[in-house]
Amino acid sequence: MTDAAEPALGPSLTPVLDVAALRVAFGATEVVRGVDLTILPGECVAIVGESGSGKSVTARALLGMAGADSRTSSERLVVAGQELGAANERTWRGVRGARAGLILQDALVSLDPLRPVGREIDDPLRIHRRMSPAERRTRVLELLAEVGMPDPVLAAGRRSGELSGGLRQRALIASAIALDPPLLIADEPTTALDVTVQARILALIAGIRERGTGALLISHDLAVVARLADRVLVMRDGEIIEQGSAQEVLEDPRERYTKALIAAVPADSPRGARLSSPESGIIAAPSAAPVAMSVRTPSSPAGTGAPLLTIDHVTKTFPVPGGRFTAVDDVSLSLRRGETLGLVGESGSGKTTVARLALALTRPDHGTVLLDGQEWSALDERRRRPARHRIGAIYQDPLSSFDPRWNVRRILADAAAGGRPDARTPSTGELLDQVGLAASVADRRPLNLSGGQRQRVSIARALAASPDVLICDEPVSALDVTIQAQILDLLDELQRERGLALLFISHDLGVVRHMADHVAVMRAGRVVETGDAERVFVRPEHPYTAQLVADAPRL
Amino acid sequence: MTPGSPADPPSRVDGAILRRTGLLVAGAVFVLWAVASLTFFAIRLIPGDPAQAILGGPGSQASQEALDQVRRDYGLDQPLLVQYLAMLGRLITGDLGTSYALKVPVAELLGAQLGATLLLATLALALAWLLALGLAIWSTGRGRVASALGEGIEITAAALPHFWLAAVLIAVFSTALGWLPPVATGTPSGLVLPVVTLAVPLAGFLAQVMRESLLDTMQQPFVVSARARGESALGVRLRHTIRHAALPAISLSGWALGWLLSGAVVVETIFAMPGLGRTLLQAVTLRDIPVVTGVVLLVALVYVLMTVLTDVVSRVADPRLRQEGAR
Amino acid sequence: MSELELRQTTVEASASHAVIRRRGRMPRAGTLVSGAFVLFLVAATVAPALIATQDPNQIAPGDAFSAPSTAHWFGTDESGRDIYSRVVAGTGTSLLIGVTATAIGLALGLVLGVLASFGGRIADFGVSRLVEVLFAFPGLLLALLVIVVYGPGPVTATIAVGLSTAPGYARIIRGQLVSIRSSQYVEAARVLGRTPGRILGRHVLPNALIPLFVLATLGIGQAIVWASALSYLGLGAQPPAAEWGAMLAAGRTYLATAWWMTVFPGLMIVGTTIATTVLGRAMTRRGRSGR
Repeated sequence: MTDAAEPALGPSLTPVLDVAALRVAFGATEVVRGVDLTILPGECVAIVGESGSGKSVTARALLGMAGADSRTSSERLVVAGQELGAANERTWRGVRGARAGLILQDALVSLDPLRPVGREIDDPLRIHRRMSPAERRTRVLELLAEVGMPDPVLAAGRRSGELSGGLRQRALIASAIALDPPLLIADEPTTALDVTVQARILALIAGIRERGTGALLISHDLAVVARLADRVLVMRDGEIIEQGSAQEVLEDPRERYTKALIAAVPADSPRGARLSSPESGIIAAPSAAPVAMSVRTPSSPAGTGAPLLTIDHVTKTFPVPGGRFTAVDDVSLSLRRGETLGLVGESGSGKTTVARLALALTRPDHGTVLLDGQEWSALDERRRRPARHRIGAIYQDPLSSFDPRWNVRRILADAAAGGRPDARTPSTGELLDQVGLAASVADRRPLNLSGGQRQRVSIARALAASPDVLICDEPVSALDVTIQAQILDLLDELQRERGLALLFISHDLGVVRHMADHVAVMRAGRVVETGDAERVFVRPEHPYTAQLVADAPRL
Repeated sequence: MTPGSPADPPSRVDGAILRRTGLLVAGAVFVLWAVASLTFFAIRLIPGDPAQAILGGPGSQASQEALDQVRRDYGLDQPLLVQYLAMLGRLITGDLGTSYALKVPVAELLGAQLGATLLLATLALALAWLLALGLAIWSTGRGRVASALGEGIEITAAALPHFWLAAVLIAVFSTALGWLPPVATGTPSGLVLPVVTLAVPLAGFLAQVMRESLLDTMQQPFVVSARARGESALGVRLRHTIRHAALPAISLSGWALGWLLSGAVVVETIFAMPGLGRTLLQAVTLRDIPVVTGVVLLVALVYVLMTVLTDVVSRVADPRLRQEGAR
Repeated sequence: MSELELRQTTVEASASHAVIRRRGRMPRAGTLVSGAFVLFLVAATVAPALIATQDPNQIAPGDAFSAPSTAHWFGTDESGRDIYSRVVAGTGTSLLIGVTATAIGLALGLVLGVLASFGGRIADFGVSRLVEVLFAFPGLLLALLVIVVYGPGPVTATIAVGLSTAPGYARIIRGQLVSIRSSQYVEAARVLGRTPGRILGRHVLPNALIPLFVLATLGIGQAIVWASALSYLGLGAQPPAAEWGAMLAAGRTYLATAWWMTVFPGLMIVGTTIATTVLGRAMTRRGRSGR
């Protein structure tokens, strides 16, 4: 980030956005509490915060769209020279699209799936300008070319569902910049995208900024922000608690919360280092007493000895109209006691099918899966069942993995009842304690727990049966970064205590790099590269891995 | 350039539609065959001699010769399988048999009635659509009172039985106010009450579906995007939400038409209108089996055709469905 | 799609929106009124004599065709019988028909739905085709066919309505079982090494049960409407009987002069259907909010 400190020099220094003491309340709850914000032309300002911090509401309030039952007030709210403190809906409509454009997260749902994207891009032209249909059509095609759409004429007639994730995000951006608004607000513009696509979209936004557009970037992801922003504002509970140049905030944060946020980002932080910081008092500390109830001491140190889980030349195909789709193509992996094998890849690369094959939830077409040297995938389910306690799983969405009628106590008691026959059945209290949850959680339903708590319950359930292997399928992708840090630390800790072997699946290279001893990179059903984690990330051999590593956002 | 190619070219999508339509037609033929067979064998369960029924029931004391004659005429002396195949053969040529009671060909009898019933059902479907769309649009997005009121109207409308609604409408608009005739007169004014009777409960169902889908749509991010481009509330409705709300209701229209044809039995009887429904009820009462079979087959045919039609229309209206088909 | 499935999907959808819209724990006014109405129906079934004001079959020719008054809340019929008392007396019959028809439809639907979702691919294919074919007899048509075969009467009408609602139940039940069986919590139970029998008993059936209650509640309202339609057409319960549909049929002749003979029994049918819908929604909402 060479140009991070100074905004690009624009022709005028009149801010494109000038807000003082912005407040938004829903009923009695104030979710934005006095935000001040100024953006100069060509400047990119980022608001970073976790879910519920009020960052998205702030973005919408700047367009007068905080919501029907909200109350917005401010001492000053000027967008591109127009005072909007007391604007009515009609005035706001004149601002939206013309003076300020908005880009939302996922274009699949942020563009109307029933309308061709050309129409969506045409909308602001039709609403704000007196242009003939032919002029508008020309402009739409220009815009599509401008955002790097390969075939603008063809693309204009497509609906968002008919375009790939990256292309439709480009179309969404085109509709936001159709009238070249001085201010562009991007609310998590790359969150749903794979890293390689994400990098290109960020480059596109950077390009728009170069032209003198002021950009407000809203993100939960510090790494995304680090690439793009001149200034960073950290938001928490509706207030800006820290701000400064991107460099200052990321490299020399003053606030403990900011420090905790940065520390929680796993990228580049060494294997085994703690990410969450209970001493900071920011994060609700789990009862971090070391767990006494170690069921078995690991018989051998990490990553040595015979493989516990072996996936040997496994292929899995699924029928699709007109043939079979190969989800997993001749994949071989092995996982030893106490070791973490990271499996990375973009969406659709076959990671989850590998997890299901390892759990013997689906049968391979070719090849075999061995557990501790014994047949696993080839076994009859009846014969496999008694050994199932040896391999557990945690999921991306723990809530859907719990029976909706059961409370935490019942979930854990049920899981503990089917554990290994030679071990003592752990009590619910012990299990909750191990994953850092209070005993009072036992009588609640997962529905009423937070995302982090749910994932802890899910881990406790997996531990109840004392498994040797734990399959973790995107276990932290749905969590805020500080919660993610706690869960990663918990998994790390449990692995050390119990000698667990983890198959850790994630699309997030930073997370995998932090967690894994070995890494396998998947693409289109194949493992393109495997090796020691450090080696793979520092000296990738396969060009695809190199691309992934280069595109991965980092601080 | 971003990796990932654009989706299938349009020609392949059209091919998928054709293929799917072919499958649908094959399915429709299967359903019609099954309906005919099921009806045929179900009718054989009727206790008593069909020849007796043809000659006016057991009370008619028909002679043995007459009975034998009838059995020969109607092929009733043949084995069941032969009768079944003969029935299928006649069906393919559009021959539905002869009415026991009226002694005229069923196809002729029903052909004369079909138009009236279809007119009634189509008008009711159109009115129901209008009412439902109006109610759903009016009652969403304008606060809790309108929403609760809309919900209440929908539930009530959907709970109204045709026979009762018809009676109340007659009592109010014919007897008390004298605005409209209580029986169908063959004039447009005579159609008003029957159409309203059929349409109101259906509108209640459709409006529920549309409202839920409208509420769903209004929470979608693309509505936020549209508003952020400066679109007005009305523009958002016209260009975005109504189309989405109409989709589930379109796919319901096959069901709706079947439901209306069934409702026509009651409504045509009450308003003394000519039509399939009343013919069916009379045939049921008289146990005029060829007519019952004929009506059932005809309604099944209309229902099946409508299902194919709604499926095709849904796919044209919603490109996402086409993609699913092509995948 | 069938009427039942439509009722069910709208209930599901409205419940999901209601959960988003409000988190209040107080039941809504509509739910309370509906609950009270159902209580009234139950009381009228169990102890009609306590609620009725007169003997429902007592003839008083001098009182024939009296309009509603304090003496006769809902007026009197052509023989001077008190309509309010007859409506109360008819509650039991109408509910019995509705409940029995629902039970028949639900039982058949359960058999078909379970067969389709657990009986392997061939059973699933067969049941699905059968259900599709039965859907080609829309609404009352299947019921009319049954009546042609077995002749009119209250028992036939009840069975006919039960049969014609069965395909709707079958498809909903199959859908629910399939979605529960492919849910992640069932997969999680498999990962824990649970046997199919235990998964069925602990997860699949209990989770399918609450929606079944909702379904049955909605179905009773629909069954009462259909059964009374058959009665009204003269194919179910016959007029001297104090069944709602039959009372309506009796009132048809006198619609021009004695509207109350038609309006009040009909209101009971409408009220029952509304109440079952509202209660079905309330139950689904409760299930959704995790309590």
